[in-house]
Amino acid sequence: MRTIPAPKVLPETLAWWQAADEGRLLVKRCRACGEHHHYPRDICPFCLSDATEWVEASGRATLYSYSTMGKGEAAWTLAYATLDEGPTLLTNIVDVDPATLAIGQRLRVVFRASDGGHAVPMFAPA
Amino acid sequence: MSLNGTAAIVGAYEHPTRQADGLSVLRLHADVAKGALADAGLAKSDVDAYFCAGDAPGLGTTTVAEYLGLKLRHVDSTECGGSAPILHVAHAAAAIAAGRCNVALITLAGRPRAALAEAEARAAAAGGKPGRAPLALKPPDPDAPELAFELPYGPATQNLYAMVARRHMHEFGTTSEQLACIKVAASTHAQHNPNAMLRKLVTVEEVVNSPLVADPLHRLDCCVMSDGGGALIVARPEIARSLKRPLVMLRGSGEAPKHAMGGKIDLTYSAAAWSGPAAFAEAGITPAQIQYASLYDSFTITVLMQLEDLGFCRKGEGGRFVQDGNLIAGVGRLPFNTDGGGLCNNHPANRGGVTKVIEAVRQLRGEAHPAVQVKDCRWALASGIGGALASRHTAATLILERL
Repeated sequence: MRTIPAPKVLPETLAWWQAADEGRLLVKRCRACGEHHHYPRDICPFCLSDATEWVEASGRATLYSYSTMGKGEAAWTLAYATLDEGPTLLTNIVDVDPATLAIGQRLRVVFRASDGGHAVPMFAPA
Repeated sequence: MSLNGTAAIVGAYEHPTRQADGLSVLRLHADVAKGALADAGLAKSDVDAYFCAGDAPGLGTTTVAEYLGLKLRHVDSTECGGSAPILHVAHAAAAIAAGRCNVALITLAGRPRAALAEAEARAAAAGGKPGRAPLALKPPDPDAPELAFELPYGPATQNLYAMVARRHMHEFGTTSEQLACIKVAASTHAQHNPNAMLRKLVTVEEVVNSPLVADPLHRLDCCVMSDGGGALIVARPEIARSLKRPLVMLRGSGEAPKHAMGGKIDLTYSAAAWSGPAAFAEAGITPAQIQYASLYDSFTITVLMQLEDLGFCRKGEGGRFVQDGNLIAGVGRLPFNTDGGGLCNNHPANRGGVTKVIEAVRQLRGEAHPAVQVKDCRWALASGIGGALASRHTAATLILERL
């Protein structure tokens, strides 16, 4: 298994990582323009409002693209997954033979321990 | 203000080394600066502006100016990865047009290969395992807000570009064989470059049968890793006309960053879709008039994306465009990277921007290798993608005319 580096967390996004530790996936939403965004910021990247809030995501997503590197147990699959809420996240696809993956397939969030840090959200086939 | 006709490229020089054992990064910058000045027929004292990006050590412009003993009145260290020197040419023209300088020096140089060999030797001496290739431009910055949301997932340049290729295949039916045609064209040209790292002609079958690095990209879809560098001299047109070199005039330029856009990821286009039209509008010509193109070729997919985004073919048709030798000099519609490019020649400091401009200048002057020289080359384009195609990058486009 690939060791997952511990995320270097900034205060602005600590809540996202604390939720991940509890098995919850958060996403930022702007109360001013209604857009969801990722990575999370205090300031909305669409309208620059500071009226952004954490909302709990459904954890459901669609596979946008992916690529597997490495051999055997050390292999990992980098991917973009598009949340049902809108934003596309960089992630890993786990618990699956990468040869069976297909763009457009449905995914669900799972959480993996990192190397001495917060839990890291990843995705597996739904 | 239009930059069309405000400056000319009067000097261009590519370092011949591909593994700079025993040469410091500053020595490489100095070597290419001297080479470009000699090429232009100018003296160090003529230079009054200097441009470099993140490959220059220390304080960048200040550090290199000190090493070379330059007396300057304008500096610019805009850092956007491998496309930086292409963008620097336009910034130099803007500075010249604004009266801030007359002769601008641009350098790029580095030694990732030699540094890796040294690190591996040290690790072996200590009984450890050899390190991995330092592909990243810089160590991760803990203040970069995206870092926590990316690094745990193992982005590694190759797999980021691979995701663009995968999506292109999904959307448009592009194949690995079509991407391989880009490497075949580059290797066809590299045969004639004695300095190229990979001079052997490869076939489509050899590319698609080379080991998968990050699926669907194979080893031969990737550029080489090399040391070396290059330099350019950009001058006021009056000065350019006083020199004994063919006149290579800046006609069009564009620059644009593209990023993850708050999560609205769309991998079907690059920032060249924005920088390209700006450059063509400034030049007042169309893509069909370009006779030679230097296209950033960190990976085969990078070339395909630029061909579409710069308007050489329609979106989604890049795969068909690169077939049938269309990128090969003397054969196809758009000869590209006639030095062998990053795919076969070199990719100094993991940055391919300066060599893109250098080969375009050679083509316009009629100084490319005779086997790959485009006949009566009047219009050339140089395009760069600095950063990572799938996440964040900056595109820079130049259109040049030989007068």
